[in-house]
Amino acid sequence: MNPLGALLVRDMRLSIRVGGGALMGVLFFLVVVTLVPFAVGPDLALLKKIGPAILWLAALLASLLALDRLFATDHEDGSLDLLLMSRTPLELVVAVKGVAHWLTTGLPLIVAAPLIGLLLNLDPLAEGTLALTLLVGTPALTFIGLIGAAIAVALRRGGLLLAIIVLPLTVPVLIFGVAAANAAIVGPVPFGTPFTILCALTLASLVIGPFAAAAALRQEME
Amino acid sequence: MRLCAIDLACHRGGRDVFAGLNFSIASGQALTVTGRNGAGKSSLLRSIIGLVRIAGGRLVLEGGDPELTIAEQAHYLGHQDALKPALSVAENLRFWAAFLGAKTVDTHACLDAVGLADLADLPAAYLSAGQRRRLSIARLGAVKRPIWLLDEPASTLDVSAQQQLAELMRTHLDASGLILAATHGPIGLADAQELRLDDIAPVGVVDEERDGRSESSIPVSAAAIGRATHTSAAPSQPDGDQVRS
Amino acid sequence: MTLTELANPSRFLAFANRALPWLGGMTVIAFAFGLDMAMNAPNDYQQGATVKIMYLHVPSAWLGMLGWALMSVAALGTLVWRHPLADVAAKAAAPIGAAFTLLCLVTGSLWGRPEWGTYWVWDARLTSELVLFLLYLGVIALWRTVEDPSRAARAAAILTLVGAIDLPIIKFSVDWWNTLHQGSSVFRLGGSTIYPTILIPLLVMALAFTLLFATLHLAAMRNEILRRRVRTFRLMQASAAS
Repeated sequence: MNPLGALLVRDMRLSIRVGGGALMGVLFFLVVVTLVPFAVGPDLALLKKIGPAILWLAALLASLLALDRLFATDHEDGSLDLLLMSRTPLELVVAVKGVAHWLTTGLPLIVAAPLIGLLLNLDPLAEGTLALTLLVGTPALTFIGLIGAAIAVALRRGGLLLAIIVLPLTVPVLIFGVAAANAAIVGPVPFGTPFTILCALTLASLVIGPFAAAAALRQEME
Repeated sequence: MRLCAIDLACHRGGRDVFAGLNFSIASGQALTVTGRNGAGKSSLLRSIIGLVRIAGGRLVLEGGDPELTIAEQAHYLGHQDALKPALSVAENLRFWAAFLGAKTVDTHACLDAVGLADLADLPAAYLSAGQRRRLSIARLGAVKRPIWLLDEPASTLDVSAQQQLAELMRTHLDASGLILAATHGPIGLADAQELRLDDIAPVGVVDEERDGRSESSIPVSAAAIGRATHTSAAPSQPDGDQVRS
Repeated sequence: MTLTELANPSRFLAFANRALPWLGGMTVIAFAFGLDMAMNAPNDYQQGATVKIMYLHVPSAWLGMLGWALMSVAALGTLVWRHPLADVAAKAAAPIGAAFTLLCLVTGSLWGRPEWGTYWVWDARLTSELVLFLLYLGVIALWRTVEDPSRAARAAAILTLVGAIDLPIIKFSVDWWNTLHQGSSVFRLGGSTIYPTILIPLLVMALAFTLLFATLHLAAMRNEILRRRVRTFRLMQASAAS
């Protein structure tokens, strides 16, 4: 197997075996969504209206889950040294770790989102649109998160710092993700405009994330 | 192949760890780096593979693959074992072999060389410290790389495992590899040269005002660096040599 | 055979291996009778055949709650009496209880769509049942996260006992709050309000579900004991290999 394939398989294996990675993310997602009706009241019409925003917010928080350990565990057990001195460019190594994290944390959220959407009384069109915007938008969340994870790699309380660093950076993704979902459901803005911007944000973060994270790792480790 | 350090210096946390360090090892040779705790043994190894920034001097590799950096031709065995407890012994080894670029790997033979063949399917979490160390060492055999940088390789090993390690190192030297090992005690290589970092006189605090890289700022230069220094005449640099500075 | 004798895991394994075929057979027979009776039970004059979802919905709700009650007793067994099989029983019950609770939620949603016009409403009964499901998932996640079984057992036992507060909330939610979900009809003061033509198939189905729970739970306990033995043997193998 080639180096990057081996890394992808290893990281996915680890996140499935250790503490049930995918289960944790979906469970967190479900719990956050469940809390909202307790806070705003069980008004189904209102929940339907703010549903896409709730699901996006919950997905944002859930996809940051465990991200702070992405490089930290490799740092603590010495694996990161070997990853850094590898023949494979560090940017690709970082990107592959991001992909593995998204596949085990982000993808289950998208699968679970329509089911959880039922709790918020979303109709099928809304469910589909929402899943589509999450599919396009969550990779951006993971890859922006990579930067924070790399900066917080050697810190003991990295989790809190990661959230503080990363959450402001994810604001544009949240804005256009929710805007696209709402545009398709209630209008009057056409769906295409915010959705195209969301795609652009994701593509940009797929490039910027690994480069910034790799640079941060190199600085941290020296 | 020959790895040379010329006037190498390293600062960490605002102090000189070592400065004016010279050594040279050729294919088939081993160099043990000794010294008290904090003398900079680990920093030296890490600076060779670029995990610690070099503050002064140069590293030259003659006769290596010109396309690759020194780190990319080296194995580094650090203090930590770089193992994942949730993966099995064989999975851990197969991952590093694949990641470090081996096309195929005979897992059984590599594990057998360090006496872990029977435990191949156990999670690495169940291993003792010595077994973890041996599993970590197994990757040196799984992927061929000419330079071995070993940080306290024998620290948690029992006598028989130390012999296995010595055997692996002997095989590596016979295949014209070279070994640089930071160590407190003997590691079973009788003809290894020794580099004593304690001999590189007192380390001073770096004066923030001065450029730490200039010759004059280095407190005491490499007057006596054990037996290894006699080969330290600065080598010529034909095209294709790699220099880290 | 007393509970003290069964505390020996080897005896328990022997007992489980003998009992499982019988339990499994009884489950199949009970389901055969129960499903047949449920299919032939009269339709509701308002709901039509949709009412038959109830024969799955109500027993799975009971079993979901019974699962947590069983875990709570086992939690006491772990914390107070330190019974060696208590945490095995608790760990084995969690996924099964979660599955029954999920079945209850799913069948309820499928019934709610034609009857209420929506898959879900945030009323007290439904919400407290959903909270039970989340509690189950939380306990399962806890078991999976802590590597050492005995440490995980104590943490899970405390969580289970705290979570048991949800059980009376589920049971009395329909009485305490004005909910869309109907009130109690089977177990209530003054006797059941259901006609025997519906009640009897329901009770047979409940028996079938209970037998199914017992079969699955016993098998899961056996597997958990074997899994722990494998873990012990592998630890021994690692330490014996020097």
